[in-house]
Amino acid sequence: MKLPVTITINGRAYQREIEPRLLLVHFLRDMAGLTGTKIGCDTSQCGACTVLLDGVAMKSCTCLAAQADGASITTIEGLSADGQLAPIQEAFWAKHGLQCGFCTPGMVLATRALLETTPQPTPEQIRHALEGNMCRCTGYQNIVRSVQHAANMMGGRP
Amino acid sequence: MTVAVEPARVFGSGIRRREDPRLLTGTARYTDDIVLPGLAHAAILRSPHAHALIMRIDTSRARTAPGVLGVFTAADTDGILTPIPCCWLLPGSNLKTTPYHPLAKDAVQYVGDPVAVVVAESPYQAQDALELIDVEYEPLPAVVDPQKAAQQGAPALHAEAPDNVAFHWTVTGGDVDAAFKCADVIVRERIVQQRLIPNAMETRGAVAQFVPATGELTLWNTTQNPHIVRFVMSLVTGIPEDRLRVIAPEVGGGFGSKIAQIPGDFITVFCSMKLGRPVKWTETRTENYQSTTHGRDHVQEVELAATRDGRVTGLRCTVWAGMGGYLSTAAPGIPTILHGLMLSGPYTIPAVKEDVYGVYTNTTPVEAYRGAGRPEATFMLERMMDRLADEIGLDPVDVRRRNIIPPFQNGHDVITGLKYDSGNYEGALAKVLEHVSYDALRAEQKAARDKGRYIGIGVSLYVEICGLGPSQVAGAVGFQGGLWESAIVRFHPSGKVNVFIGASPHGQGEETTFAQIVADELGVAVTDVKVVHGDTDATPMGWGTYGSRTTAVGGAALAIATRKIKDKAKLLASHLLEAAVEDIDYSSGRFFVRGVPDRHKTIQDIALMANVAWNMPEGMEAGLEATSFYDPPNFTYPFGAHVAVVEVDPETGHVTLKRYVAVDDCGPQINPVIVEGQVHGGVVQGIGQALWEEAVYDDTGQLLTGSLADYAIPRADMLPDIEVLSTVTPSPHHPLGVKGIGEAGTIASTCTVYNAVIDALEPFKVQSVRMPLTPERVWRAIREGAERGAGAPPLDTLGAP
Repeated sequence: MKLPVTITINGRAYQREIEPRLLLVHFLRDMAGLTGTKIGCDTSQCGACTVLLDGVAMKSCTCLAAQADGASITTIEGLSADGQLAPIQEAFWAKHGLQCGFCTPGMVLATRALLETTPQPTPEQIRHALEGNMCRCTGYQNIVRSVQHAANMMGGRP
Repeated sequence: MTVAVEPARVFGSGIRRREDPRLLTGTARYTDDIVLPGLAHAAILRSPHAHALIMRIDTSRARTAPGVLGVFTAADTDGILTPIPCCWLLPGSNLKTTPYHPLAKDAVQYVGDPVAVVVAESPYQAQDALELIDVEYEPLPAVVDPQKAAQQGAPALHAEAPDNVAFHWTVTGGDVDAAFKCADVIVRERIVQQRLIPNAMETRGAVAQFVPATGELTLWNTTQNPHIVRFVMSLVTGIPEDRLRVIAPEVGGGFGSKIAQIPGDFITVFCSMKLGRPVKWTETRTENYQSTTHGRDHVQEVELAATRDGRVTGLRCTVWAGMGGYLSTAAPGIPTILHGLMLSGPYTIPAVKEDVYGVYTNTTPVEAYRGAGRPEATFMLERMMDRLADEIGLDPVDVRRRNIIPPFQNGHDVITGLKYDSGNYEGALAKVLEHVSYDALRAEQKAARDKGRYIGIGVSLYVEICGLGPSQVAGAVGFQGGLWESAIVRFHPSGKVNVFIGASPHGQGEETTFAQIVADELGVAVTDVKVVHGDTDATPMGWGTYGSRTTAVGGAALAIATRKIKDKAKLLASHLLEAAVEDIDYSSGRFFVRGVPDRHKTIQDIALMANVAWNMPEGMEAGLEATSFYDPPNFTYPFGAHVAVVEVDPETGHVTLKRYVAVDDCGPQINPVIVEGQVHGGVVQGIGQALWEEAVYDDTGQLLTGSLADYAIPRADMLPDIEVLSTVTPSPHHPLGVKGIGEAGTIASTCTVYNAVIDALEPFKVQSVRMPLTPERVWRAIREGAERGAGAPPLDTLGAP
């Protein structure tokens, strides 16, 4: 059985026939060809697959593609325009907030969601907000600095 | 009058990483992101038993499942794949290797041992078909603890090693028995360095494209050492090395877990050879926990002899190191060469002896994990220093100072036979103690204790062995390869530079730091240098990125290649400027006639003239390019001193890490921001071992911590900021003086945090708690201490159990 779905990703509508069991993260990577979203585990722990679904951060491995029918998704590919990094990306670059880069797309999108609700987070709020996104390289310290820097760059505006 | 302002030197500046824009925008390509026309997908069936005979495998139902292209077992690989070789054949250790088949043949040795593979049109179809394979097993008794596995009567894994002992290696120096005979004080401890799972955020995986018409294989592989993959892949598959191209695309971390040659890679290649189609295999995380190598897994019995005034006279230990079901690529070298030779650490210890038993157990094979042998050695030594301090009533810092090796700049022989390159251990110690105001900290601790708060302070010193090379030593200790590195530096006609290196960074940032080296050496803009790595068809041979060796060895190769370029450029400049070569001076990318700075050629001018070759001196070849193969004369020995401050809640056993300060000395820093990042990550991995992480097997060999839901890697909200400081002691033998920083943080941090926790528990007379120091274990240790009495606070002050 195939299911027709329309999912808008980074402003573009993708109409596809899918298996009902297809995970959203596989839709993004394999059907839309947007491989910036990463898969780091199979138990919804690591957060590498974090995207925004209708503006809310969520792990795209916890959602069936069918459940996202009609939804609007933002992935890492949708953050920067015309080759210009978005402020959060710029901040991660400036503060060495990444090493191998594998957790980075999820980390950046989780940050975006945090700054939407908490434009000037404290280090504690940042650490708490990102506890669902694992990084094995940085020890998180420069990620916290990056988020603070992004918040400052954005002047408290989400 | 104008004053010339020297431009800031790019070597030593914390410039942003050039790797980052592609990583931040999702445009980087990791192995699982590679898509090829006709790509098929492999899924591997793994043993659910830790130890069993394979009686029968029926793949008939799976073969006819939708989308399935092929199902293969060991019977299919006969005559095509050889067993996977162990590449560290430790001499003088009675090493017993056993056949390590990519697909298990007659028996399985651990939960996760590959048994069959399905290739299908889609990953979902491959996964579905796995469930249709019927395997009949005859379970056998299993053993998972390395010390128990080496005891008489333990279940035997391999006929080649009926006692499960894969090797027995010994290091001795001085008369250790005499030291113990006349010791004033002897302290003993049994330490379990629990098994860890490396958890690179990108799991392992491969995309193999074999073209039957040409016999050529291209393999995209998430690896730390593509040239070793090509070498070993060629040995196992018979595909000639010249037709085999290995590409390490973007690699999502390694920490040692992407050194080993693991079955999945060979199985993927085999499937492509059989089907003539490109095949992809990507581990799930759960599969990664079973199939990618683990780390540590030592049981250590340690004793230290000393005089009453705190001078260490001898160190003696026996280590049982779990090897898992098979000997992995570099496994035998890790608990021996990288561990036992570092026994005496930064101290003058006149006599040492260590016996290391590498033991087969029914577990996932053990390999390098960040630090690889050195954290385990540092832990033993630093733990025993604290035990000695406790025993003789000295401050832990004073005991260390009584044994510390005095500063040296150019070589120091130690009892295990190594020659440390340079060190100033007292300098690092003094710096960290000053930074934390050690005496005031001790006073605070005392005041807190009086109020029923349990603060602990841990202080550790370490020295590690890095920059793995020289090759002659590699050969002497049984490593089946070289340990040099190479670099090609190539000027294009426009004056831009490409650098090609054999090492294979995967997050450490050498695309940036190596460009800084070139810019510094050749006076070109750092933005005019691009570093190419990770493709065996594009880069010269190299042995890979591990053991903190990329900059320590590969960076040296690069520096030497740039100096060769400069030598040639100077000759060409002298020709073009019509001046004797002795009269040509060089400064910041310009060659000029001495005393006449206007008569000059920039290195870009020279690059153009060398490439067009219109006017070359007699006998000079065209082009401006140099290759260097650098085989270091010695290892490098980074060192440092760390302090941790913890608070233990006696009611819950919960440990709060309040403060962590690291002073590390890796020699001159090419990019201090990147150095700091390496220290952060390394320290946190070491803290993870002390407090949270453990791969737990039950007695039947089932991995109980089988997913990220069960295995506790550090998360953002579990940690304080790490305070990072440094001292600078150049290596005397490295062209840039640098030593390596990749592992430093991990080496000292486990023991520093552990010692801090034990220090906090001092009122309860707790001397040892098994790692990780979970609240339950700490809580129990507190209660056992309180029950023993011995001046401990009464139980009823600690809350009800």
